[in-house]
Amino acid sequence: MKQVMDYIEMKIPAKPEYVGVIRLTLSGITSRMGYTYEEIEDMKIAISEACTNAVQHAYNDDEGGEIVIGFGIYQDKLEIMVADYGKSFNFTKTKEELGPYTQSSTVDQLTEGGLGLYLIETLMDKVHVTNHNGVTVFMVKYLSGESETHDTTTSNHKAD
Amino acid sequence: MNIKIDSQQNNEEILVHVAGEIDVYTAPRLKEELVPLVGGENKKLTVSLKDVSYMDSTGLGLFIGLFKQLKQNDGELKLIDLSDRLKRLFEITGISNIIHISTE
Repeated sequence: MKQVMDYIEMKIPAKPEYVGVIRLTLSGITSRMGYTYEEIEDMKIAISEACTNAVQHAYNDDEGGEIVIGFGIYQDKLEIMVADYGKSFNFTKTKEELGPYTQSSTVDQLTEGGLGLYLIETLMDKVHVTNHNGVTVFMVKYLSGESETHDTTTSNHKAD
Repeated sequence: MNIKIDSQQNNEEILVHVAGEIDVYTAPRLKEELVPLVGGENKKLTVSLKDVSYMDSTGLGLFIGLFKQLKQNDGELKLIDLSDRLKRLFEITGISNIIHISTE
């Protein structure tokens, strides 16, 4: 059994200007772990998408709040958790709106949102989203390409 | 982290050069600068992304919005000088099937 070697946690205000700070932190952690340039750039997008979701919900609901980002550093993988303790967004609905667009997509079908979660799923090896007391996006990227199939699971727990 | 936007306009043709990172923080500013430029008929907007070091779905959403606005008014949108990273982002999301992109 492989145990977590190190754990790093950060808490940022749910504001757009701090998403870039998280990308810088991720760059530092993943370079140290030995990921390739391409893998690091992919993870930067995935973590930004998760933070962007959290920021936008906090912003839309005008309730402020914080985002907690956790990095579980293992020998062979990085686990990233992005938790937003604001109001839950409708993950099922968002999932239905996921890309990609195809050649047959009409201009009317193009939405300006919905691509974020699609990108997270595409760029990470494992993704799990929970939707109770806020949204938590949990994602995994393996080192040296020893990845499993892309799978995404969703669970909705009613907290009341 | 910041973004720099330069634009040149020659009748209906507009060339915009964007430098920096396009994310949830900078995309609204870029949108604010670009939307007024594409108001009116037959506008041809070309955006050079040569110096864009990072972009995610917030940037994609912005360009989809511009594309729709231009298309409604018989205009055109071209994204040029894309790095391999950016090209991949447009390809995996299928947006390269809809919006004209070209690499450096």
